[in-house]
Amino acid sequence: MQATETRAPAATREMFYNEALGDALRLEMERDARVIVMGEDIAEHGGAFQVTAGLLDAFGPTRVRQTPISELGIVGAAVGAALTGLRPVVELMYVDFAGLAMDQLVNQAAQNRFMFGGQARVPMVMRTQGGSGRGNAAQHSKSLEAWFAHVAGLKVVMPATPADAKGLLTAAIRDDDPVIFLEHKLLYRTKGEVPVGEHLVPLGKADVKKAGDALTIVTWSRHVLLALEAAKQLSADGIEAEIVDLRSLVPLDKDAVLSSVRKTHRVLVLHEAVRRAGYGAEIAAMIAEDAFDDLDAPPRRLAGLETPIPYAQHLEKTVVPQIEDIVKAAKELVA
Amino acid sequence: MEKAIALDLYRVMRRIRDFEERSTVLFGEGKVWGTIHSYAGEEAIAAGVCAHLRDDDWITSTHRGHGHCIAKRADLGKMYAELLGRETGYCRGRGGSMHIADTSKGNLGANGIVGGGIPIATGAALTAKQLGTDQVAVSFFGDGAANQGGFHESANLAALWKLPVIYVCEVNQYAESLPVERGFPIKDISTRAAGYGMPGVRVNGLDVRAVYEAAGELVARARRGEGPSLLVAEAYRHEGHYYGDPRKYQTKDEIEGWKAKYDPLVEARTWMVSDELATEAELDAIDAEVAREAKRAVAFAEASPLATPITLPGDVYASY
Repeated sequence: MQATETRAPAATREMFYNEALGDALRLEMERDARVIVMGEDIAEHGGAFQVTAGLLDAFGPTRVRQTPISELGIVGAAVGAALTGLRPVVELMYVDFAGLAMDQLVNQAAQNRFMFGGQARVPMVMRTQGGSGRGNAAQHSKSLEAWFAHVAGLKVVMPATPADAKGLLTAAIRDDDPVIFLEHKLLYRTKGEVPVGEHLVPLGKADVKKAGDALTIVTWSRHVLLALEAAKQLSADGIEAEIVDLRSLVPLDKDAVLSSVRKTHRVLVLHEAVRRAGYGAEIAAMIAEDAFDDLDAPPRRLAGLETPIPYAQHLEKTVVPQIEDIVKAAKELVA
Repeated sequence: MEKAIALDLYRVMRRIRDFEERSTVLFGEGKVWGTIHSYAGEEAIAAGVCAHLRDDDWITSTHRGHGHCIAKRADLGKMYAELLGRETGYCRGRGGSMHIADTSKGNLGANGIVGGGIPIATGAALTAKQLGTDQVAVSFFGDGAANQGGFHESANLAALWKLPVIYVCEVNQYAESLPVERGFPIKDISTRAAGYGMPGVRVNGLDVRAVYEAAGELVARARRGEGPSLLVAEAYRHEGHYYGDPRKYQTKDEIEGWKAKYDPLVEARTWMVSDELATEAELDAIDAEVAREAKRAVAFAEASPLATPITLPGDVYASY
């Protein structure tokens, strides 16, 4: 063993986003025998986005349960398993398939605790991914977080970085409520430093990814990365944007959003999902209600157009906010 | 059949019938809010199946769920309290008739969504399999639910994984207002089991002996790790789909004639007496006891405080 390796182990390791998720699953499965994973193509194939790669060899087919293509059946089985003592993590290949499983999420998992007067808890995670940018067209590219955020009883988590992906997934698995864990298909091959070993990021805590004083950009998932890129261009023009990454949509870290807005007095709410009735509307309304007197300009939304995601490469990027759109909107806001 | 078992089956059926009659009266008096769905006519199914279940076995139930709940040994006082919106109700007034659950007895809830409990029971059976216990799960559902996709997906999954779940399809002749022959292109729903590679058994759901016998084999099979099965029990729903249903899809002759002809309690009394398992007097005594117990349960509910206001986020989330 070389001398350098005998020193204290590095606290972090560079990982891809999908590896970081896999790391969280592996550690939680080692820690708690009640944790199982279920989904389509998750065993030998390692998952459509290689999140579960290696888990079959480590834990065997009873804890890494590859299923037939039956979204309703799989999610429902997870609800029943969670109600009776397991901590299932379901992988739904695309969030667009959630429609097939929606009854079990909305009418069952979300409401069991409430409807049963507190007798039940449903500690399950439904991991899935959404977003455009790979030419997968309208049925494989949506951003549907607003659907889930609207349902009392669900928690909604959308990590942007590998470290947050690992920490939030760990917290989601240990959480006693049903958690909808939304990944973005373009994030899987992004890299970042990830804490080695147990790493928890509490649900409901936003993170200021970049400090600034000219305006606040509230965003989540892949648009955190786009906002950070836009912020570099804005910095070059002397505009320092503060980037607030919500990380969890439900529970929402209102304090983090409001304290940033009270500092910058201007806010751009940014997301990929369709603008109409999007979660950005909730954020903008919350700011207007709770921090109106701190604002120097109306809250502004920048979000996806009200259209299904088109196929062609040159069309696809026209319907979701790009870096130049963010720069432009930010400049207009501070003008 | 042993006398004690026969009498217990009868007592459970009577409890269910009594509950349905009494809750209908309470509804008529305006004390029950919302809607209720009577299980009268189908008592033999819940009683015959649940007689084989332990408190740590699981069931999922339906919008017509009072019978399953009672057969799984629920506390009647807490059931009435729930219907009356009281704090002492099973769901503290948050759920009502369509969502009564009693997790202490393995009842994972009535369900307002037709077929909604089927995937959940399948998941409960997965827990048993995963933890290596000999618990079983039973999913009760109506003929209408057998046409929902969740039934197909769950049955397939359970058979693939040999899960200890028994799917109990209660054919009460109507999916809400749709007669069973207009909802199924087949005469015998149990034949669907073959498509999943599991046994399918069809029984007379008016005869508690037949249900008890068939369910006993299927439950034992599931406990032995031999996998899922489908039990199809045919009966007749005495009341409408819901309390107040105008029943335009039925004739008066059918309702009155069939109700008299197809009554599982009358049927049970007849064979219990003729097989000398019970005397008319013994059965009458059970009826009277059940009525006394029910009156006490209603009194408990009526004396209970109204459900407390909703507390957020604690009523909705375990942690927030």
